[in-house]
Amino acid sequence: MSSVTAGTRPAVPAPTGRRARRRGERGVSASILLHGTLLLAVGISVFPIIWLVLTSLKPRDGWLSSELELFNQPSLDNYVRVLTGTQFPTWLLNSVIVAGLTTVLGVFLASTTGYAISRFRFPGYRGVMWMLLITQMFPVAILIVPLYNLMAGLGLLNQVPGLVIAYMTVAVPFCAWMMKSYFDSIPREIDQAGLVDGLTPFGTFWRLILPLARPSLAVTAFYSFMTAWGEVAYATVFMSQEEKRTLGVGLQQFVGQHWSDWGLLTASAVLIAVPAAIVFLLVQRHLVTGLTAGATKS
Amino acid sequence: MALSTGRASGTTRDLTAGAESARGRGGREPGPFRRAASRHWYAWAMVAPVVLVTALLIGWPLARGVYLSLTDATEANIGRTIGVNVIPSTYEFVGLENYVGILTSGLFWEKLTWTVVWTVACVALHYGLGLGLALMLNRRVAFRSAYRLLLILPWAIPGFVSAFIWRYLYNSDFGVINAMLRAAGLGPVGWLDDPTLAKVAVIAVNVWMGVPFMMVAVLGGLQSIPGELYEAAEVDGATPWQRFRFITLPGLRTVSSTVVLLGTIWTFNMFPVIYLITGGGPGSSTEILVTYAFREAFTSVRNYSNSAAWGVIILLLLVVLAVVYRRSLRKQGEVW
Repeated sequence: MSSVTAGTRPAVPAPTGRRARRRGERGVSASILLHGTLLLAVGISVFPIIWLVLTSLKPRDGWLSSELELFNQPSLDNYVRVLTGTQFPTWLLNSVIVAGLTTVLGVFLASTTGYAISRFRFPGYRGVMWMLLITQMFPVAILIVPLYNLMAGLGLLNQVPGLVIAYMTVAVPFCAWMMKSYFDSIPREIDQAGLVDGLTPFGTFWRLILPLARPSLAVTAFYSFMTAWGEVAYATVFMSQEEKRTLGVGLQQFVGQHWSDWGLLTASAVLIAVPAAIVFLLVQRHLVTGLTAGATKS
Repeated sequence: MALSTGRASGTTRDLTAGAESARGRGGREPGPFRRAASRHWYAWAMVAPVVLVTALLIGWPLARGVYLSLTDATEANIGRTIGVNVIPSTYEFVGLENYVGILTSGLFWEKLTWTVVWTVACVALHYGLGLGLALMLNRRVAFRSAYRLLLILPWAIPGFVSAFIWRYLYNSDFGVINAMLRAAGLGPVGWLDDPTLAKVAVIAVNVWMGVPFMMVAVLGGLQSIPGELYEAAEVDGATPWQRFRFITLPGLRTVSSTVVLLGTIWTFNMFPVIYLITGGGPGSSTEILVTYAFREAFTSVRNYSNSAAWGVIILLLLVVLAVVYRRSLRKQGEVW
C-alpha cells in the first residue's frame, strides 16, 4: 500500500497487474473525507442509543437535568425500580409469549407459502402474489375496527392467540415474499433430484430445501419476532386489560401528557432493546442475502 | 397422492373435497377442476393456510370495513353485548355520505398533503442516504465491518423504543439536543411544540430508523454486481460518474424498485413514530392519514364509520400507487 502515490492515476490501468486497479485506492484527503463521513454517520446512528444507556444509569431523578453530563453518580436504581416496582415483568412475559408464537407460526407459514409460489405455477398463483403485496398496504385504520369486532365476537380480545393471529397477517405476507426470493435462488435440480429419489413434494421441501434456506429462515424469524415485539397499535386496542398488556402498550404509562418518568422509561427501553439487538446482530449477516438473494439474481 | 403425508392431505381436504363433489356431479369424465386439483393440490395445500387466514382476518374485516364506511356507525349506535344484554345495532346505511364529507373537507386535503410530503421526504432521504452509505461501505475501507455494524444498529431497536428515545432527546427542558444548543450558547428550541419543527423532528426520527434497512438492501445489490463490468468500463476509460450512472444504478434497479415500493408503503402507514412522539400534535399538525383514522376510531366518541371511510381512501391511494408503479416496472421488463 505504501507504494501507492496519492493523486497519480494512470489513464489506462496497467495491463499486467490487478494490484494496479484504481478502485479502492485513494489519496489521503479522499480517505479522510470517506472516514470522516462514515464516522459522522456512525455518530448519528449510535448517539441516541448511547444517550439512552447513559440516562438509564443516572440516579432516580438524574434525567431531570438540563446540563450536558455523561455521568452523574451512576447507579442501577432505575433498573431496580422497573423490575420490582412496576408491571414491567408481566408486560415482558406477555411480549415474549406473543412474539415467540408469532415467530414460530409465521416462519412455518411463510416458508410453505414462499416455496409454493417459488416452485409451482398453479391456478391462483398470480392472485396469491397480489394478495401478498396488497396485504402489505393495509392501513391499520381500516382493519382495526372490524378486526376488533371480529375478535370481540370470537372472544379473542385480551387473548394472546388473538394478537398473534393479528400479527401474522402483518408478518407472513412479507416473510413469504422474502422466502420466495430465497427459494428462487436455490437450484431446481435439487427438487428434481428429491422427486426422482421418491420424495413427495412436501418431503423435498422439508428435507432438502428448508435446510438450505436456513439464512432466509433466520431473517424471517427475526422479522416476525420484531413485528410482534415492536407493535403498538393492535396491542393498544386488543389488549386493554392491565395484566395482558405488552411492552409497547405498557411503556406508554411511563410517559404521559403531563407527567413522565424518563428514568423508568430509559431503563425499560434498554431492557427491551438489548435482547432484540443481540438477536439482530446474530442474524444481520444473513439479512443481506435473505432480503436480496432472489431480487438480485440475474 | 398415494405418497402424501398425513398433515399435508389434512390441509388440502377442503380443496380435494370440492374436487370430489365436482366429479360426483359431472359423471365419469374428470372435470377440469378435478384435473387441476390433482395436478396442483400440493401447491394449493402449501398456500392454503395463509390464504385462509388472510381471507378470514383481512378479507372479512375489509368487507365489513367497506360496509361500515357506508353507514353512520359510531360508538353510540353500534351493537354491543354487555354481560347478558345484547344491544342491537341502530346505525343506518348512508351511502357515500362519509366519503363526500371527507373529500370535501379541508382537513383531508391538508392531511393528504402532509402525508405525501412525509412519505416523499422520508423515502427520498432513506434511499439517498442508504445508497450513499452503501457505496462507501462497498469500497475497500479500513474498519468496514465495524462501520457496518454500528450503522445498522438503529434497525435493531424496536420501533416504539426508538420513538421513546427520540421523544426524550427532543424534550424541551431535559433533552440532550437542547442541552447541546445551550452549551453552544444558543437558546433552547421547543422541538415538538412548533408545527413546522415537529414535522422536521418526526421526519428526522423516521429517517434515522429507516436508513439501515435501505443501506443493507442496497449493499446486497451492490455486491451482486459483477466486478468485471467495472473493470471493463475502466478499460474503456469510463469516469467514476459514468461507471455509477451506467453500471451501478442499472445493476441496483431490481433491488431499488422493490425496497422503494415497500418503503413507500411502510412510510405512508408509519404509525408508531408519529403516534408515540408527537401524538399527532401540536394540534393535529403532524397527524398523517393513518394516525388520524386511528384517532377517529379510538378516541373520544368512537366514530367507526368515518374511520373506516378514511381507511378505505388510504387503501385506494396505495393500491393505485402500487398498480402504477408495477406497470412502470413491467414496461422496463421486470415481471413478478
